Amino acid sequence: MTINVQYFARLREDLGRDSDQVAATEGIGTVADLWRHLHREAPPPRLMVAVNQSHARLDSAIADGDEVAFFPPVTGG
Amino acid sequence: MAVRLFSEAFDPWSVVREREQELPMEKLGAASVFVGRMRDFNDAQEIHGMFLEHYPGMTERELERIVAEAESRWPSITCEVAHRVGSIDPADTLVLVAVWSAHRVAARDACAEILERLKHEAPFWKRERLSDGSERWVEKNTPGH
Repeated sequence: MTINVQYFARLREDLGRDSDQVAATEGIGTVADLWRHLHREAPPPRLMVAVNQSHARLDSAIADGDEVAFFPPVTGG
Repeated sequence: MAVRLFSEAFDPWSVVREREQELPMEKLGAASVFVGRMRDFNDAQEIHGMFLEHYPGMTERELERIVAEAESRWPSITCEVAHRVGSIDPADTLVLVAVWSAHRVAARDACAEILERLKHEAPFWKRERLSDGSERWVEKNTPGH
């Protein structure tokens, strides 16, 4: 099983890709763990996150098969 | 349907009229409607166009959640929310929030609440195209403007 990661807007452009796939391992328990695993640094300030298309936090738990999205502050309306 | 995304230009007043044909208007003494359009200026610069990126799937879920939470706070209301995505020209409608209720206060307050929550919670991102052809991401919505 894997965790599917998606990036949007400026973050997607800065990273140069719109998604990552990560094998779920014991070291990845929260959203913050996942970010550090992928990017080898602490999550940037003002980062927003969703787990399975609902707003979440950096300390939210994640599990096998989850869809995790990272994005900058939203600017709709 | 209470929540709609449009990838082409839409007429907000047609959306309101169509919805009103399905509603018991004799019971709805108040309607509060907000229409947001694209300006051709922002931060003292001319804006020639815009691209509205969104998160398909989550966008619809978020809008439905925001409407459902407003309906539980103001049980008498009926809502219609529409939002543009994709390439947008100045004066195009970006967002429509229409709320009907028996009385004015619920309609007006719920309309304002839905709009503010949409602007801070629904996953849309604006990318502006300037007069010199360069592009920039809008970094944040200004609270209360």
